[in-house]
Amino acid sequence: MLWLLVVYVGSLVLLVVSAFFGRDEFTGKATTELTLGNLDEVITENAYQMLVLRSVGVASAVTLICFALSLPVGFYISKLAKSWTKRGLVVAILLPLWAGYLVKAFALRAIFEPGSEFGTGGFLKNTIGWSPGFGYLSVIVTLAYLWFPYMFLPIYAGFERLPESLLDASSDLGAGSIRTFFSVMMPMLVPSIAAGSIFTFSLSLGDYITVKIVGGKSQMIGNIIERTLLAPNQPLAAAFTLWPISIMVVYLIVMARLGAFKNL
Amino acid sequence: MQISMRSRFALRVTTYGVLIFLYLPLFLIFVLSFNTANSLTWPPRGFSTRWWSTFLDVESAREALISSTRLALIAMVVSVVLGSMLSFALQRFEFFGKNSLSFLAVLPIALPGIVTGVALRNTFVRFGLDLGFISVIAGHTTFCIVVVYNNVVARLRRISPNLREASADLGANSLQTFRLITWPLVRSSVFAGAILAFALSFDEVVVTTFTAGAGFQTLPQWILNNFSRPNVLPYVTVVATIVMIVSLPIAWLAQRLSDPPNDKLV
Repeated sequence: MLWLLVVYVGSLVLLVVSAFFGRDEFTGKATTELTLGNLDEVITENAYQMLVLRSVGVASAVTLICFALSLPVGFYISKLAKSWTKRGLVVAILLPLWAGYLVKAFALRAIFEPGSEFGTGGFLKNTIGWSPGFGYLSVIVTLAYLWFPYMFLPIYAGFERLPESLLDASSDLGAGSIRTFFSVMMPMLVPSIAAGSIFTFSLSLGDYITVKIVGGKSQMIGNIIERTLLAPNQPLAAAFTLWPISIMVVYLIVMARLGAFKNL
Repeated sequence: MQISMRSRFALRVTTYGVLIFLYLPLFLIFVLSFNTANSLTWPPRGFSTRWWSTFLDVESAREALISSTRLALIAMVVSVVLGSMLSFALQRFEFFGKNSLSFLAVLPIALPGIVTGVALRNTFVRFGLDLGFISVIAGHTTFCIVVVYNNVVARLRRISPNLREASADLGANSLQTFRLITWPLVRSSVFAGAILAFALSFDEVVVTTFTAGAGFQTLPQWILNNFSRPNVLPYVTVVATIVMIVSLPIAWLAQRLSDPPNDKLV
């Protein structure tokens, strides 16, 4: 308990504070002289604004894809699949979670590989003749691939909690399946969706390794944090982390309002 | 609810489509580890077990495997002890600020890993702690504690307080109640948390990158450093396949130990 409080929260506070520190030109370490320069650079520089917007865009796209897939799959497994296939299907979806982040990102690289002097291209290129290559599209698909189970699990659990009788009652009262879906199921699923989206959004927002593996020249906010930190310009890197921190704080507050924490 | 045959069919196709999407890349890596060529080219040029038989000769991979295992074991033990103590304490006692503390407990998994990594690195450097094995353990423990905590606390919430009270009424002191009532009920969730902590630590890249100094390399870092080197790349597919195969029984065990979704404990 003390550990979390002191080491983790202490570090976070220190990180935020150090964003206001100046930088020793010689060592690249933070000095104790206070400045708003880092913050100013990070907030007003046009290139950085675009970078943040792009990262938020990628994270939102990933979240939407995971959501759009989890909804039909969760519904099918929870309400339509026969009981003996049901458990098998859930396990089958959760199993890849254990295969390792890099293993999976790397496997997707084998899918997207557009071909180079070392080879004639990966799976997509040589089966359907087209590959998106390494870029934002590959990054989005890979991240959605990686984080899909995190969205699926709460949505599936949400469907499981939804009593069948409620759906029957809705159709008895004359609602078609589309009406039942939007007026009965969706409102009850909102907390589950919110909980799942925290993971897909946060994990995608801060990612920089998938970007390195399948992103080619793409850049996200994580890449710039890593680069400035190793430059080394610790205070500027700290200032950059204020972006994901503040975006996530806002996001968490909104999701908490939607009841996400009852489902974590 | 009435669902037409057509939408039923569409839903089934989507589900199995997603499953294929999830497994196809993993299957590819497995096949490519037996490739003769040293690239990710599809289809494989020919069959060879060369990379598998010479994998153990790659010293950097062997060392990385050993450090990863050691690291994950230590992080697991520390976080299981601290994480379960934390959950017992938070569940048992009411105190001021308890709610904010449980909110705090999800922060390390709700904030992107890079924030945690940079924050910890910053702190370690500032307080003069050398970046190396110890700092990586500290970094991993931070998020592993949270995982163990969440697992155990979920189980504790489902145990009725009546059981503890009954035990006390029958004359057991709190230590006996813990040993005879609470512990047998939470035991499997502690084990599941331990497995999860091990798996997370073994798999972690971001926090490791920022808290490790030069000269210390885990298996994921080895993969990351070598995936673009043509002469090492085939070994990366071998390592990836090994990780997948080893994680299967572990995942199965964790699945058995964790709670079935709609099951009531006493």
